[in-house]
Amino acid sequence: MRRIGIDVGGTNTDAVLVDGSTILGAVKTATTDDVTSGVRTALKDLAAAVGEAITGAGAVMIGTTHFVNAVVQRRRLNRAAALRICLPSCASLPPMVDWPQDLAELVDGGRYMVAGGHEYDGRPIVPMDETAIAAAARKMRADGVRSAAVTSVFSPLTGEFEDRASEILRSEYPELRVTTSSTLGRIGLLERENVTILNASLQDLAEETVQAFEQAISESGIAAPLFITQNDGTVASADVAREQPVYGFASGPTNSMRGAAFLSGIEDAMVLDIGGTTSDIGCLRAGFPREANNVVEVGGVRTLFRMPDVVSIGIGGGTIVDPDPLSVGPLSVGYRLTREARVFGGDTLTLSDVAAAAGLVEIGDRSRVANLSGDLVTEVMAVVHRRLAETVDRMKTDAAAVPLLAVGGGAFLSPDRMDGISEVVRVEHYAVANAVGAAIAQVSGEVDHVFRDMDRDALLKQAEAMARAKALAAGADPASVKVVDMEDLPLAYLPGNAVRARVKVVGDIAAA
Amino acid sequence: MSASVHPARDPASPRPPRTLTLDDIEALALGAWILGTGGGGDPYHKLLNMRELYRKGHSVTLIDPLSLADDAQVAVLSNMGAPLVGQERLADADFAVKPVRTMERYLGRPFDAVMSLEIGGGNGVHPMMVGALTGYPVVDADTMGRAYPEAQMTSVAVAGLQCYPFTLADIRDNEVIIPRAESWKWMERISRKACTEVGSIAATCKAPRTGREVKDHGILYTTTKAIDLGRAVFDARARHADPVTAIVEACAGKRIFTGKVVDVERRATEGFLRGRAEIDGLDGDAGSRFTVHFQNEFSVGYRNGDPVVMTPDLICVVDSVSGDGIGTDVLRYGQRVSVLALPGPDIFKTPAGLEAVGPRAFGFDLDFHSVFDGDGA
Repeated sequence: MRRIGIDVGGTNTDAVLVDGSTILGAVKTATTDDVTSGVRTALKDLAAAVGEAITGAGAVMIGTTHFVNAVVQRRRLNRAAALRICLPSCASLPPMVDWPQDLAELVDGGRYMVAGGHEYDGRPIVPMDETAIAAAARKMRADGVRSAAVTSVFSPLTGEFEDRASEILRSEYPELRVTTSSTLGRIGLLERENVTILNASLQDLAEETVQAFEQAISESGIAAPLFITQNDGTVASADVAREQPVYGFASGPTNSMRGAAFLSGIEDAMVLDIGGTTSDIGCLRAGFPREANNVVEVGGVRTLFRMPDVVSIGIGGGTIVDPDPLSVGPLSVGYRLTREARVFGGDTLTLSDVAAAAGLVEIGDRSRVANLSGDLVTEVMAVVHRRLAETVDRMKTDAAAVPLLAVGGGAFLSPDRMDGISEVVRVEHYAVANAVGAAIAQVSGEVDHVFRDMDRDALLKQAEAMARAKALAAGADPASVKVVDMEDLPLAYLPGNAVRARVKVVGDIAAA
Repeated sequence: MSASVHPARDPASPRPPRTLTLDDIEALALGAWILGTGGGGDPYHKLLNMRELYRKGHSVTLIDPLSLADDAQVAVLSNMGAPLVGQERLADADFAVKPVRTMERYLGRPFDAVMSLEIGGGNGVHPMMVGALTGYPVVDADTMGRAYPEAQMTSVAVAGLQCYPFTLADIRDNEVIIPRAESWKWMERISRKACTEVGSIAATCKAPRTGREVKDHGILYTTTKAIDLGRAVFDARARHADPVTAIVEACAGKRIFTGKVVDVERRATEGFLRGRAEIDGLDGDAGSRFTVHFQNEFSVGYRNGDPVVMTPDLICVVDSVSGDGIGTDVLRYGQRVSVLALPGPDIFKTPAGLEAVGPRAFGFDLDFHSVFDGDGA
């Protein structure tokens, strides 16, 4: 099936048309404020590049930093009510207790705690207080708050209370949009609740953005369904993404790493994505980014997101170089590169200029950097190579040498050799790896569940079956579903040989 | 060794009481997590409770243990249960007070002060919530100097002090009093059962101690030690200095190994998280392999197969960049870590102490040798 992949980044909007394992065309345009027109331009350019082939596309997959930027920049968020089903536990730490004050003030649409929740073994702590939930719904309506986040203690084990609470809220207040935490997160009440509230606060923006994408696609004469790429390298249908915008927060780095794997055919490697301002370094395992285990903060809010484990350092094509005394970055000319870099007629010395002088890349007017001393060029490139190599080594988790995939518009800055790296692989279309990653995204199913009194094989099998069922529900082709992550952790102190198991499966999107 | 950090104070002139600031509590939470030696649970939720309590105008007074009257009544407090359950059923300050009130009713007299069972992990901050809500001063001491997994692994148990009475509170209207138990191990077994029944999380008040007992058998000044440790790490980060060096200096400890975690094996046996992590050396340790074993907390470390560091010396595994403690439940492949040894309390180096918390108590047939003894290597 032909697919269009689009990456809407902070600076560029890239688009590619992929057919099986062939890239039929790739374009790069500037991102626009209204998003829609940038996507429309990218699609128009892509159509010009590939001709009629574009009309045969069966899906449009878009990755965007739009939602995460809204949280980070505190703009275009709607108010959301937080309902927690927990009492008599958790009373002293109300919802949003650890949020930065400015964000809390912007989003807070009322905080409610009612009786209910479950124990780790699925027993209710106490019966749920349905009367209090109905009263909360009436208060939300009176306050004019149109989005709510519902979180119940141990809901990843059983979503029963959250589902029932949603029914009550909607029966009292039918227009209310409800996000339940069991659909979003793992064990860890506060972080899961934080994500649920963020998700509820992005409902208006998600609605508008997804509609803008759909409009841009239909205006381009493409009759294909829209999918939005997720943090874990999979996609959600437009309808699901509209309800769960938080799942796209980290899709940028994920797409570039997945795209690098696809373009190179290498599934286990380090990936170095060099852009205009930063280099992102991550680790691919079985074709997917290794995820961070630690708490990930988004806009100052602790979350339990499944985020790729990526470090960024200030080295990119636009990074500013000061020759005397020699310093490299971290400031960058960013999207002004094509005006301010010397090879493009500007006055600022950037890493692109140094790389052009070193003969590493053919850009702009090389004669404008002919006066740079050979010593300076050698010295700057040595600094860049050393910093990149150190960071790659820090992120590496294998003692054995592994390949490094160099992608992104600034990939020419990557060294050709590094300790612990078997080879540095440079692939065709490296500059649009992120859009390629969007085009090849899959669907997934994941479980995080505590099992008791089962042997290891049996519980892992059951966990896999649960994950599989979720993937099929999300639209996976049953024949293509495979396990990409399986982990079991025995739980100290809990009786009955309790084991927490996480299993993730992925599969290709079933042909409609 | 600890004497060089916290010189013995003159009993006749104890340090005056001091009101802790929220900055002190922030430093305490970080220091306690490092002193948790991989266990004891992340203090984050308790720290959040303290921020809320300070915001509402509460505060905590820290007192010198030597200022306690001999017949003062001191509550020894801890939260008991599975760290995983604590991730969902969040620490609650009011709830922490309940077993204290139950014990007071049972004894028929109020307490004069409260203190921590274990300074390591979340329980290092736990009595602060009680102190803030009740106004009882918190004693600058604990009974472990770190975190250990079981009730008999305390300085007061090693000293043979009475193990009862004990109270436990559930968030529902359930309370448990254990008026008597034959031994600390029996107290551990019976209380653990009760804890499991109410959801594997409970607030507890251990056997109360007199002021004399705290002065004679407590591990003194560990609250201040944890605060100083946390401050040293915060300061190092602010100065862009190495936080790991700051920990070593603040606690008169030793850097044992620096490397990258290459394998982690965990298994649950008899209610504990047991396992080991393999660490490949970096920098000066390149070419060497370090193996650190744990039972909730880190117990013994081997360098290239030879035991080099063991309990009751504290074995701390910290993030090599941030200096943050790393729990045995979140150790993972690829982490850059530093293994540190910090001096343990002297009482645990006595024959009775080693029987309770020496390497053999954790299943290692090794004679205890401290990295702080002898050649100083």
